Amino acid sequence: MGISRRKFLGWMGAAAGAAAASMKPKAAAAAAAKSFPGHPDSLGVLHDTTRCIGCRKCEAACNEVNNLPKPEAPFDDLSVLERRRRTHAGSYTVVNKFSVPGKKDPVFVKRQCNHCLEPACASACFVQAFKKSEKGPVVYNEKVCVGCRYCMVACPFYVPAYEYDKALTPRVTKCTMCAPRIAEGKLPGCVAACPKEALTFGPRKKLLEYARARIAKHPDRYVGHIYGEREMGGTSWLYLSGVDFGHIGMDTGIGDLPAAAYTAGPLAAVPLVVGLWPVLLTGIWAISKRKEKRASDELSAALAANTAAHEQKKREELSALRQKLSKEKEAAVERAVKQALEEAEKEREQAAAEAGKEGGRQHEPAARQGGAEKGEAEQADKEN
Amino acid sequence: MAGEHPTGQRGLFTPFNVVAGIILLAGGVLTVMRFTGGLAAVTALDDNNPWGLWIGFDLLCGVALAAGGYVTSAGAYIFGLKRFHAAVRPAILTAFLGYALVVLALHYDVGRPWRLPYPIFVSPGPTSLLFEVGLCVFLYLTVLFIEVTPAAFEWLKLTRLRALVVKLTLVLTIFGVVLSTLHQSSLGALFLIAPGKLHPLWYSGYLPVFFFVSSIFAGMSMVIFEGTLAHKYLHHKMDEAHKAGTLNVVLSFGKAAAFVMAGYFYIKIIGLAADDNWHYLATGWGLWYLLELFGFVAFPAFLYALGVREKNVRTIRVASLFAVLGVVLNRLNVSVIAFNWHLPLSQWYVPSIYEVGTSVFIVTLGIVAYKFAATHMPILHGHPDFEYEH
Ligand code: SF4
Ligand code: SF4
Ligand code: SF4
Repeated sequence: MGISRRKFLGWMGAAAGAAAASMKPKAAAAAAAKSFPGHPDSLGVLHDTTRCIGCRKCEAACNEVNNLPKPEAPFDDLSVLERRRRTHAGSYTVVNKFSVPGKKDPVFVKRQCNHCLEPACASACFVQAFKKSEKGPVVYNEKVCVGCRYCMVACPFYVPAYEYDKALTPRVTKCTMCAPRIAEGKLPGCVAACPKEALTFGPRKKLLEYARARIAKHPDRYVGHIYGEREMGGTSWLYLSGVDFGHIGMDTGIGDLPAAAYTAGPLAAVPLVVGLWPVLLTGIWAISKRKEKRASDELSAALAANTAAHEQKKREELSALRQKLSKEKEAAVERAVKQALEEAEKEREQAAAEAGKEGGRQHEPAARQGGAEKGEAEQADKEN
Repeated sequence: MAGEHPTGQRGLFTPFNVVAGIILLAGGVLTVMRFTGGLAAVTALDDNNPWGLWIGFDLLCGVALAAGGYVTSAGAYIFGLKRFHAAVRPAILTAFLGYALVVLALHYDVGRPWRLPYPIFVSPGPTSLLFEVGLCVFLYLTVLFIEVTPAAFEWLKLTRLRALVVKLTLVLTIFGVVLSTLHQSSLGALFLIAPGKLHPLWYSGYLPVFFFVSSIFAGMSMVIFEGTLAHKYLHHKMDEAHKAGTLNVVLSFGKAAAFVMAGYFYIKIIGLAADDNWHYLATGWGLWYLLELFGFVAFPAFLYALGVREKNVRTIRVASLFAVLGVVLNRLNVSVIAFNWHLPLSQWYVPSIYEVGTSVFIVTLGIVAYKFAATHMPILHGHPDFEYEH
């Protein structure tokens, strides 16, 4: 079999990795560390886009080794290259074609997870479903994934995809760097399938040296940049290109800071808020309490004064009322008495006129009538 | 919405009940669709746009507009603004319902909702800002729950329990402010991890500050706005203390909101200057940004100031509406509209009718629950057996 030395660059590394057994990922110290150089001897893949012919063999191999569902268009149908594609739930890798201004031939670029040294997806995941393993692959644990899709928001390369059509067990999907195969000492499916050696697998450090050597040997063939060496803190998947990376769909404005650097500030502020806020708030509360107490003291003083004044006024009013009432009463009594007297006078005159007829019995009703009239007079006064 | 009016017509088929019933029924159908067909059956989400309306509106706007809870209780119990007391109960109730609905909405959005406790209890990922959001929302929902219980205890006549909770008021309030500060700001900080995806006019290192400060006036505006609605439709449920209190609250919140919004406007400008983003203002995105900043921040801030100066409650209420809309616009801009701005138009996310329907359904649930609570529990009025102020 013609598996070249280059394709096998990492064989020893991979074998060592397999011997060390279990690809068990260690927690990515990534998020905490500011400048994380990557795990020593971690593995990666170098993608030389100048060698890629867009045959989609890697896509087919990836589909096979990962037992992915049958694709919409068969892998030998190259017309799909006319459309710009991205990774989906059923395809961990896609090859895209780019026509570059001033260049006769199109450029083909394979896309998949870049297996960042300090992955945004891992830093973003709130259940640590993504971990950067020491061997290089960023692996996903579907057993804890909640499906919040923050990893998809976070990934600067638009890599993770989601099984939107699964009702109860949707997973985030992405290239695994064939971690299970690496653990068995095998090459990643896509690397093994590439007929043009556009993909080289090996320890990242070696790949970088190798890439630099290629650039040095063919300065006319390559732009002097290895994409992924530093982008977003560095990635395990590295790229060589003959044209500006911006022309082949790679984000060149992405910066060298790892994703965690962007969120470090707010995360560091948490203990501050937790520590300082309660102290400050309690202080403010104490001050406002004091103010409130002073205010309430003043208020009660004012209230007391107010009440006193109020009572005084009321007392005056009452006595005035009483005076008025008693005066009115007096007047009424006087009036009534006068009336009664007058009537009594009249009756007496009548009685005198009818003298002797019925005698002393006349006095009684007159007196009663007078009393009633007096009551009415009082009532009328009150109503007035 | 014009269900029960002071006239006291109380049939089952009031217009409110009919409309709400239809929406809830449709919501039930959508729920079945979501949990049998997956997100693909009801949403327009895709691999480039993993977050849509349910995050942008239900989560981000929901949490921002429920900020009235911590703002009002902080004002009343920490800053000692006695005149806010009448507003505390409705604000806490709205906040509680708001957060409960946010959590409910998340059950639709995340893939495996029964795992929502995982970040806290099974596999915490403390490097994630979403972890912080989750933890704080969980704790704050608990705090809010405890804070609403006095009203329920009064309704159920559980005097001793009520007294116990009332004693905790200050501690709960401080807890609430700390947790709110953290998660309100973290919701903004969520987007810091994607500097390449969010338009530079909205992306800023100050995002957490922007989100926190805007949550303050969002909360105040929502209290005023909600008060307007409650006055219109639940007037008969209010006692004199509440009615008198609301006027006070409208004026003082209007004044405070005017100040906070002015400050927010100012730090937004500082953010522009810090990243030297002036040149973007001359683009289409710039116009959109200016519309948000002037039409829905500066304008309502000015209206607030005007309304307070002239003691015009109507103006203040109009201002509150604009401020609320402004916060909604801002949250949608950050999470949906200006997110993935550089993708070709054909790959833009536009919510599906089902997504909109589900959001409407969840808001309706909230209104129905609020109406039930305000009708049956001493929310807008004191309970005859209990002293209103505590
Ligand atoms: S490319 Fe994206 S998915 Fe892959 S490791 Fe980096 S951040 Fe994670
Ligand atoms: S979708 Fe899953 S893997 Fe991605 S951030 Fe959420 S919990 Fe983590
Ligand atoms: S490394 Fe494996 S999973 Fe990744 S693209 Fe290649 S074949 Fe697919």
